[in-house]
Amino acid sequence: MTVDVMMAAAQGLLALALAPAVVGLVRWLKARLQNRRGAPPWQPYRELRKLFQKEVVVSRHASWLFHLAPFVVFASTLAVAVIVPVLAVPLLVDRIGDLLVVVYLLLLGTFFLALAGLDPGSAFGGMGASRGVTVAALAEPTLAVAIFALARSAGSTNLGEIAARTIADPLSAVSPGHLLAFAALFIVMLAETGRLPIDNPATHLELTMIHEAMVLEYSGRYLALIEWAAALKLLVFFALLGNLFVPWGLARAFTLEAVMTAAGVFAVKVGVLAVAVAVLETRVAKLRLFRVPELLTASFVLALLAVTSSFLLR
Amino acid sequence: MLLFLKILKVGVVTEPLAAGEPDVIEVAREVETKARRLLGRAVAIREVDAGSCNGCEIEITGLTGPVYDSERFGIHFVASPRHADLLLVTGPVTRNMEIPLRKTYEATPDPKVVVAVGDCARTCGVFRGSYAIVGSVDAVIPVDVFVSGCPPEPADILRGILTALDRLPTRTGRRDDP
Amino acid sequence: MTPELLLLAVSVAGYTGGALAALAFRGVAARALVAAGALGGSLATLALGAWCLATGTTLAFAAPWLPLTGLALRADGLSAFFLTVVGLAAAAASIYGFGYSAHHDGRDSLRLLGAMFNVLLLSLTVQVLADNALTFLVTWEVMSLSAYFLVLVEHDQPGTVRAANWYLAVSHAGFAALIAAFLVLAAGDMTGSFAAMRSVGLTPGTRDLVFLLALVGFGTKAGVIPLHVWLPMAHPVAPSHVSAVLSGVVIKMGVYGLMRVALDLLGGGPAWWGGIVLGLGAVSALLGVLYALMEHDLKRLLAYHSVENMGIILLGVGAGLMFQSYGLPALATLGFVAGLYHTLNHACFKGLLFLGAGSVLYATRTRNMEDLGGLITRMPRTAVCFLVGAAAISALPPLNGFASEWLVFQTLMGGALVPRPEVAIGMPIAVAMLALTSGLAVACFVKAFGITFLALPRSTEAARAREVPASMQVGMLVLVGMCVALGLTPFLVVPVLSRALTGLGRLPMTPIGFSLHLPLSVAGVTGEMSPLLLAVGVALLGVLTAIVLRLLADRRLRVGDTCGRIGQTPRMEYTATAFAEPLRRVFAELYRPTEDLSIDFHPKSKYFVRTIAYRSEVQPWFERLLYTPFLSALRGAAAGVRQVQAGSLHLYLAYMTITLLALLVVARWSR
Repeated sequence: MTVDVMMAAAQGLLALALAPAVVGLVRWLKARLQNRRGAPPWQPYRELRKLFQKEVVVSRHASWLFHLAPFVVFASTLAVAVIVPVLAVPLLVDRIGDLLVVVYLLLLGTFFLALAGLDPGSAFGGMGASRGVTVAALAEPTLAVAIFALARSAGSTNLGEIAARTIADPLSAVSPGHLLAFAALFIVMLAETGRLPIDNPATHLELTMIHEAMVLEYSGRYLALIEWAAALKLLVFFALLGNLFVPWGLARAFTLEAVMTAAGVFAVKVGVLAVAVAVLETRVAKLRLFRVPELLTASFVLALLAVTSSFLLR
Repeated sequence: MLLFLKILKVGVVTEPLAAGEPDVIEVAREVETKARRLLGRAVAIREVDAGSCNGCEIEITGLTGPVYDSERFGIHFVASPRHADLLLVTGPVTRNMEIPLRKTYEATPDPKVVVAVGDCARTCGVFRGSYAIVGSVDAVIPVDVFVSGCPPEPADILRGILTALDRLPTRTGRRDDP
Repeated sequence: MTPELLLLAVSVAGYTGGALAALAFRGVAARALVAAGALGGSLATLALGAWCLATGTTLAFAAPWLPLTGLALRADGLSAFFLTVVGLAAAAASIYGFGYSAHHDGRDSLRLLGAMFNVLLLSLTVQVLADNALTFLVTWEVMSLSAYFLVLVEHDQPGTVRAANWYLAVSHAGFAALIAAFLVLAAGDMTGSFAAMRSVGLTPGTRDLVFLLALVGFGTKAGVIPLHVWLPMAHPVAPSHVSAVLSGVVIKMGVYGLMRVALDLLGGGPAWWGGIVLGLGAVSALLGVLYALMEHDLKRLLAYHSVENMGIILLGVGAGLMFQSYGLPALATLGFVAGLYHTLNHACFKGLLFLGAGSVLYATRTRNMEDLGGLITRMPRTAVCFLVGAAAISALPPLNGFASEWLVFQTLMGGALVPRPEVAIGMPIAVAMLALTSGLAVACFVKAFGITFLALPRSTEAARAREVPASMQVGMLVLVGMCVALGLTPFLVVPVLSRALTGLGRLPMTPIGFSLHLPLSVAGVTGEMSPLLLAVGVALLGVLTAIVLRLLADRRLRVGDTCGRIGQTPRMEYTATAFAEPLRRVFAELYRPTEDLSIDFHPKSKYFVRTIAYRSEVQPWFERLLYTPFLSALRGAAAGVRQVQAGSLHLYLAYMTITLLALLVVARWSR
């Protein structure tokens, strides 16, 4: 039991430590694809360190919710990072939360972030909140049906079970159901983490913002927590895409060697996904906000096809 | 695909930052060592147009492009003064922009640095004496560094920002962290 | 006198005392005695239900107080569970009602409110215990009528009378279907007892007919689409603690009745029964939340959410019926457990939300969200209670909404065990609809809480709001406690529910194995989770983060202006209509919104605008396509029949003569 708890804590710490590097890597790759040098991949660590030392300025119209929200967002995202298989399966922490818990914990973060956007009474915050919850709501069906597709073949919605089943039956990793579910989840990842073509993380035009607009009023350590939570969310989705669909490399036994290998393989998977995201963001332009539901509907159809195909090909 | 082939063919085009003319950049106030050390590697900049003709803005836009690439110094532009450490102010301060400029300064969390860009920001430039002008930027908010020029080159603006943070590269090599 | 009968007697006495006190006393004394009577009665009801659930005893009582068949009462597991739902919601509403009905002081409406409230609670308590058809129908009608009078309490407000009339009409249409269902089910047995109904052998066609009649009858009470139109009309106009009971308990009687008839009396049926209920549930859930999104009347929004949550309950119940017909008893029990758990949870969080909305109404005199705002600083405790309710209904862990929705999801995903194509296609679609509903509920409640409570007040009434009296706060806090408790302890609730369902209809006599460890796991299906450990984990992480931040990070905090503005006015904030606008565009095919924009220019110059009036309405599809044609046809038929009753004496004499002659001819011929 104690080993399990230690492993869970190690997973959380690794995710926490690795998350800014992932964001930095994507930014660095995008810079290179724009023919410029860009900041080194560890730049987000410097930014976080600086933010923690800065003063916090709060609007006089904001309430206690504004102060509470960054902690709720950070804690819930970190809890998700502990539950999602990063290093080893199966862990005891697996029995505390399954895929549905992961989805709804992320929704908890979105709920509080949206409320924090409305709190200071600024129009941009309200707009960000409105768009943010719209995108989150429209991504829900795809997530649920993709979970259904995965759970159906694994017989359980618990993440460890799903990963273990794919390891036990390698051919299922290339079954049409899995591939379609991967594609659907990839699109949902872009939507939930605010990446192109749904949302531009580097934009300055408020009318094009979704996630950024909700955090315009935050500064200092609150902003650091929210940025870190956003990076964690990206890492969590990478972990889901990597370790549920390609689970080889996850430690099955709790030896130091297995854990080290698992950490290395995880870093490689994250790197590959970061390259994919960076290349995609360079290739496509941002969608008009009212075209985003069309994209999400397309991902829903993919997920539905995943479930149907896994039924037909049993 | 053609896009990526072109990207690979062009390669990295960022020019190293050369040492420029010394009298373009004027240090009005010394930035505290603590602030300089904190902001040295990661600076968030909020650009404030206090009534400029947008000539300086176009030069500033070039900063984020591939040739001048401000991001390699850890500089990135943000959308809100609350997220910013450094205010990049252009233009002579018009009457209508006086209070917003002051409010932006107040909304920026400590520690903060102000860099005023362009001749208008220092001496009101060609608009000096106009009925619509309040004064130069340092008449409204405390300024740390002035960058002269009408408009100044992007490299000068970059040097001005780095001077404010005391991060100007002493050698003309490729490395950007001294 | 067994303890159960004693508790029942206390409960009845409490309600009767409260009702009489309302008629006999005035002012504060009346309110206090009404609240005390209702509270005493509902606590006794709750105790009775809990006692029967815990010990597994069944109560039985018969008396010749009703003509023909007499009164017969029996409490089995299902009844005991619904007794706890009634008792819980009623207790909180009674406490709240003491403070809330203060503005009826000195008016006759206070007598009506107090008396009818207690009568409603009495009829609800007896209703779930009914063991023969006549008792059931009589208490059902008393419940409907007392609810009708309660809706009419504030009849001086516009729209109340119309809402009450719609409620009465639809309610009685459903009642007619119920009478027909019970008549067919009794199959000639004059006692109409449920025991006889269980053992009678009916042809499959007759059973289908009974099921459909019961579905229509109970569906009108439950507010299932398309029989839901009265719900968003009636629930907002009733006094708020009455709305809480209406939404929290009365519509659940539809679920109780459906389970009683379909599961217990009929003993389950073919798969399409479950399929219809499942489909209706999914459609109700989705349409309910979609219409709720477009509302800016706080209580109407909550009423539409009741439609949505009834849909979710029916998803669970329908899945249960379906899996039972496919021979999967464990999964069927899971479905029913999920439906019942959501019933209890909905009573708690919807009751809480309606009480919160009532507090807002009490403090600001308006239900319109576009006029509210800034209440989080003016009504801090109400704001926290409403936030907990909003988080619970959005199914956010670790509150109770999440626990029951998780169970519904697991039930639907268990459909993977059924190798039929229609189930394989239908289940993912049901899962998708449930997930979309859940996401849209989050959006809707961010809007409801955010616009009502956050930012700056948008009107002087909202600016002058003050916190509500203590009794109202206590009522809300009781439900907050229940929301949290029910969310953290599904491992306690689920086994109790599963035991309560044993033996019902064709469900197995021994309870299905649910893991009693801290995580809640479902044997033989999928998934494990533990909201308690989750809550502890997230809270621990949050506290750790705060501590680390305090020690290591900068601690300065300065207060400034929003967005660096010169002056912040409420007109700069987002409005409820604007918040829902992206979703209105996405679902424009459903809403077909009409827009009416009128701009008033300054007479001297077209560049200066004086006022802008914007009006947008959502197409009321069900009213337009279903009810209006039906009502016009009815009016046309009535107008036609009126020709017969023309008022002319000669015509009536002619009718009588013709009828007499016809009867003589018929009697002669049939000799």
